[in-house]
Amino acid sequence: MFAFIIRRIIQATVVMLVIGFIGFSVKHQLGDPVRDLVGISVSVEEREALRQELGLNDPFLVQYGRFLANAMHGDLGHSFFFKRPALDVIFDKAPATIELVFAASLIILLVSVPVGLYSAIYPKRFFSRFAMGASIVGVSIPVFLTAIVLIYIFAVQLHWLPSYGRGETINILGWESGFFTLDGLKHLVLPSIALSSIMLPLFIRLIRAEMMEVLETEYIKYAWAKGLSSKRIWLVHAFKNTLLPVITVGGVQLGILIAFTILTETVFQWQGMGFMFLEAVERSDTALLVAYLVVVGALFVVVNTVVDIIYGLINPTVTVASR
Amino acid sequence: MQTRRQKIKESYLLYSFKRDKVAMVSFTILAILLLAALFAPLLAPYNPYDTASIDIMDSEIPPSWTEEGDSRFFLGTDIQGRDLVSTMLYGLRISVMIGIGAVILQALIGIAVGLVSGYFGGRIDAVLMRIADVQLSFSTLMVAIIVSAIVQIAFGVGRYEQLAVPILIVIIGIAEWPQYARTVRASVLGEKNKEYVEAARVIGLDSRRIMFSHILPNTLSPVLVISTVQVANAVMSEAALSFLGLGMPVTKPSIGSLIDAGFEYIFSGAWWITFFPAVLLIVFILVINLLGDWLRDVLNPKLYKG
Amino acid sequence: MSLLEVNNLEVIFALRHGDLVALNDVSFTLDKRERLGVVGESGAGKSVTGFAVINLISKPGRISKGTILFDGKRLDRLSEREMRHIRGNRIAMIFQDPMMTLNPVLTIGTQMVETLRAHRKISKKDAAKIAIAKLELVHIPSPERRLAQYPHEFSGGMRQRIVIAIALLTDPAIIIADEPTTALDVTIQAEIMDLLLELCNTQDMGLMLITHDLGVVAEVTERVMVMYAGKVIEVAKTSDLVASPMHPYTKGLINALPGHGECDEENRLQQIPGSMPNLTEIAPGCSFHPRCEFCQDICTREVPELRSLAGMDERKVSCHFAGTEQMQ
Repeated sequence: MFAFIIRRIIQATVVMLVIGFIGFSVKHQLGDPVRDLVGISVSVEEREALRQELGLNDPFLVQYGRFLANAMHGDLGHSFFFKRPALDVIFDKAPATIELVFAASLIILLVSVPVGLYSAIYPKRFFSRFAMGASIVGVSIPVFLTAIVLIYIFAVQLHWLPSYGRGETINILGWESGFFTLDGLKHLVLPSIALSSIMLPLFIRLIRAEMMEVLETEYIKYAWAKGLSSKRIWLVHAFKNTLLPVITVGGVQLGILIAFTILTETVFQWQGMGFMFLEAVERSDTALLVAYLVVVGALFVVVNTVVDIIYGLINPTVTVASR
Repeated sequence: MQTRRQKIKESYLLYSFKRDKVAMVSFTILAILLLAALFAPLLAPYNPYDTASIDIMDSEIPPSWTEEGDSRFFLGTDIQGRDLVSTMLYGLRISVMIGIGAVILQALIGIAVGLVSGYFGGRIDAVLMRIADVQLSFSTLMVAIIVSAIVQIAFGVGRYEQLAVPILIVIIGIAEWPQYARTVRASVLGEKNKEYVEAARVIGLDSRRIMFSHILPNTLSPVLVISTVQVANAVMSEAALSFLGLGMPVTKPSIGSLIDAGFEYIFSGAWWITFFPAVLLIVFILVINLLGDWLRDVLNPKLYKG
Repeated sequence: MSLLEVNNLEVIFALRHGDLVALNDVSFTLDKRERLGVVGESGAGKSVTGFAVINLISKPGRISKGTILFDGKRLDRLSEREMRHIRGNRIAMIFQDPMMTLNPVLTIGTQMVETLRAHRKISKKDAAKIAIAKLELVHIPSPERRLAQYPHEFSGGMRQRIVIAIALLTDPAIIIADEPTTALDVTIQAEIMDLLLELCNTQDMGLMLITHDLGVVAEVTERVMVMYAGKVIEVAKTSDLVASPMHPYTKGLINALPGHGECDEENRLQQIPGSMPNLTEIAPGCSFHPRCEFCQDICTREVPELRSLAGMDERKVSCHFAGTEQMQ
């Protein structure tokens, strides 16, 4: 088990190095650190001097090494628009995105598990058929359209919920949180529903399919023959076996939610990393773009590594050596 | 023997198709939409690319059946004064073109990688599949968004918009190849150790020949199933990119960029500019997904989980 | 009165193209401490019979006729709740493949304790004590330590011993063993069978042994019931059946055993020609007639009854010509 964890961590490091390399190449080709630092109103001679001083005339690999070393110290370059270190900007925006993803994951989990299990246990009931039909319609609606429809109904027509922004936030230990004010929670409702809408159908179908497969197994039939209660058979015997594939696929899918935050944040003007990223693209703020790439890459790698390790821990039959 | 099995399979496909109303309706709608996209220049009442025929005075006219409607424009006009029906037809054409182009590209890359990986195994397999895993874990949409953002900055918005169609095909194609690679590899591994491949090897056929003439046909049904879903995914990815302003420009809009263009005006009452393209997009993706679901049930191939 | 009495049981599977009769007029009894063998080819209805007794037939199957009397209670009339109290408590089951029977993500201890606690009001600690005692009974070394292990840490033979131990937990009156050794290595098969036989004697249990292996039946059981295409075709004391089978199908089965029956001139094992019909395409008349070497006109028209033979109380056979001269 220990060797397995070590191997996964080494793998994660390699992936991070590759992401760093891609990020650096983008920066090297497209970025202009001099402009990022001093703007455009500086003479050519001064710029050249600055270039020399910053080491921008060094060989590519030397600069890559320096980039990595700086990154290790938390220096991912300077945002030319915000006139601040790129990483600081991202950390300012991260809480908004993380809270959005967290709320959406919570919705996904709370809805998909009961619905998936119910429609696996009673596949012929009306509700199950309805859930399956609705889920295929659900995957066919792009997340930005769900978002627009939600805004149109609940904000524009009914005036029940706000249509954009994060609302009132409270600073807790440097973390701008919208979880603790009524206004913040109100602002969170529509974006998190919109974000969860893309994954919810997938999760319901996944849980249902896995559960149905498990319910057909010999050990479930044997559990019935032992005279156990249906509650215990469904929730312990069957569900525990369903969890394994759901965690592997589900963990990765939750990571993928981060990609969809870009769309959701755009529609709701949610001041998170995704919104910031698109602004950075429009402003050609290369340093910020690269920093976003590295941070999001790290997030993905961490999520996947943790999911893999959890999977190894809870599955007693996992053949650790072969992975 | 092979052809007979194929025939039985095909007739079974037809049989279950005729029994399934959802599949038939979906197929009919999809066929109509595809034909409409193909013949858009013939069907559309106006040419939305012809700037000379567009009058800015016609902008934001509601659909013809509403009070302020204009009988010339059945579904109304967009913000630039273009007939919405025509713009949607041309937009669908572009979305379909990008979707199918991207799927062909990703299928070519993915099938090649999957075949090599499954057939040779060992180190090559381990490395290729690891790359596929890592790329998939980053989500295809994320890869597409970041790559298109980088390309847009590199090219500049103007040149990017000129070359948007081929660029989007390449970006979405590259972002989605691992799906194919994994599926094809899984079915190659399934077929690889079957007797007929062994037999072919014993006769002394070389490995490439075996691969293409024996294994490839057997991987077709899983490839067919994921292809339907992948076209839907590609169209959706394109729509998402366009909605973010990283895809097709408004001057040559796809369905996604039409929705994006209309989004700003939805709250000022011009709902139709977003509404009709949105319905078209959802219907198009929905019928493909329904067909894909049906195909999966009928062919029931061993798909790679996850 | 017998402990278990099954009368005129009929089980049908409602399929899209119509009903499929999996069990047709099946009757048998099982006394206290009796060991009954149920023999037949796969698809003959042996397993369905076993599952029907505890009312656990997989969908779309259901009991459509007949009665099941256990300890004076009509099992076929019990509510799901009452039935649950019988399953795994009064009547325990042993499944075919021990690799598939135990839940892979729960420890042996959990799977044993939960069974006890489903039927008795006892603490986890006391339940674990009983579990350990039963594991000892099936000769599993250091059982305390084993409770914390998962099924994949055991070999197939060990797992079947655990399944047997689970069956013993509640001191059931009957164990239904559905091909308990088919999935195991030959050497282990004998060990498990010996264990079952030993436990039946020491633990006061009845055994319903479902198998396709007449050899095993001959060694373990006292009485045997032969099934063919969803019907009982012969019932007899095991020793009588092996010595003098009455039904042509049983004769064929016995002749197919190595070292039994008359071998033909080339001294080879005999086979029954043909194969058992699919349940959807059973011929009219005696369902065995297409394969029967003694087949007469009447066999193709009339279904033979399961009848006692003159002078042989414990034997029943369903063949028009059983015991007559045409069969010699």
